[in-house]
Amino acid sequence: MAKREYSFYPGCSSQKGASSSNYLVSVQTMCEELDIQLNDIPDWNCCSASVGYAGGGELPRLVLSGRNIALSEQHNPGQEIVATCAACWLSTREAKERFEHDQGLLAEANQALAEAGLKLRNETPIKHMAEVLVEDIGYDAIKAKVKRPLEGIRIAGYVGCQTNRPFGIAGESFENPVYLDKLVDTLGADSIPTYEKKVQCCGGALAFSEPAKSQEMIKGIIEAAYDHGADMIVTPCPVCQMNVEVYQDQINATYGTKFKIPVVYYSTLMAVAFGRSAKDAALNGQVIPAKKLEEIAAK
Amino acid sequence: MSDLNTAMIEKYRTSFLKEVEANVEEGEWVKMCMQCGVCSGSCPLGKFWDHPPQEIFMMIRAGKRDEVLSSDAMWMCTSCYNCIVRCPRGLPITHIMHGLAHYAKRLGLVPQNQPTAKFAQLMWDNLVKKGRVNELKLGLSLYFMNGFGEGVKTSLKMKDIGLGMLKTGRMSPMEMLGGHAVKDLSGFHKAMKKAQELEDARLAKHGK
Repeated sequence: MAKREYSFYPGCSSQKGASSSNYLVSVQTMCEELDIQLNDIPDWNCCSASVGYAGGGELPRLVLSGRNIALSEQHNPGQEIVATCAACWLSTREAKERFEHDQGLLAEANQALAEAGLKLRNETPIKHMAEVLVEDIGYDAIKAKVKRPLEGIRIAGYVGCQTNRPFGIAGESFENPVYLDKLVDTLGADSIPTYEKKVQCCGGALAFSEPAKSQEMIKGIIEAAYDHGADMIVTPCPVCQMNVEVYQDQINATYGTKFKIPVVYYSTLMAVAFGRSAKDAALNGQVIPAKKLEEIAAK
Repeated sequence: MSDLNTAMIEKYRTSFLKEVEANVEEGEWVKMCMQCGVCSGSCPLGKFWDHPPQEIFMMIRAGKRDEVLSSDAMWMCTSCYNCIVRCPRGLPITHIMHGLAHYAKRLGLVPQNQPTAKFAQLMWDNLVKKGRVNELKLGLSLYFMNGFGEGVKTSLKMKDIGLGMLKTGRMSPMEMLGGHAVKDLSGFHKAMKKAQELEDARLAKHGK
């Protein structure tokens, strides 16, 4: 397989000491195994995620993503931008489309970016890492890399919102996307294609500002996974991962449940299935340990 | 009441719909709503909205300016995009809700202590300062956004979660000392300042 190169936008939550730093570690491991070279967008900035709209008006918000695209076009020319965070991907792709539809907005963004010596051509495709895996690499090539199949592990594929809507992965439905289930099967684990909560909202940023309302939804996501006999939940989104994993004790205290289900990234599963160590898979980043993956990684 | 709010009431006296079309991001779509209600039925926090999106669209057309703009409703949007992908008329409903929320904030009409409005503003201020979000400072400013007493209580409640994140290396006390930032901070700030100036000029000229 020839080496593929992408211009990489890791995002704030992937930084060292940030809430999904474990995601980045497992993504790097996964990419090493799949011959994918990620070239960071130098000096990237925050995309303002899903609640940027309160403080930021249209142009200031879009200029954030415009700066990242411009930096990518300058330093990693010809390379598609890839994001691992759902919000980063959504914001960047949305900004690109708004600029495409409104040349006046693009001209204004360029006026602002000129202050930083940048020029936005807005010609770069914006992808999510899941698209790279499904469309560019493919299930067969992924399967060929599996050294330790994740046999006997039942995994609920929780796609969530922003990896799935409004853009989603080509060929997948908004109501019942199946790529995550296919990926789980490809790695030798057992998927749960009928998992009802696979596209249920976890509250997103409102898990911080409206904890009770969000935790009620998270409870449903976890309960449905248990109902299907899942050993763990897998997700492509840093906010989904954190929200579904870290509030389980609080949910237990509120609802009298006994939840303790690990929530991992697709890249965690892949790093382990590709035969890499627990450390390379960032299993030490699980607040709720994924013991079944630790056992396989230790083999 | 803010000066901007007074000016807008004067300017659009007879039509709140025109005001929304001219001043709210994606507001020109509002009149396309056919009142089917799919958005309201699709919203994950729908039961907590004073007025679900379908109702808001009709209220805008009915001129219910105060009820819409000082509503808690659009601040319940989790940005899940269910309404956008299901709307049979293709209205960018999520963005219209964000646009209404931002417009209400500009006019100073957001209900006091609306938690998402406060948190969202904290996040914006946080990210603009260094170009990247400082999660630790953002988290602490969230806990303490309603004063010191409540902040201490919330911090204690969140203690175990914080410890879990700390132990797994997903939170770093070092973030209190500066933390992550873009290198070309001066260029970043200049670009953001210019963007705000252009945004203000456009709003003054065309309404939006």
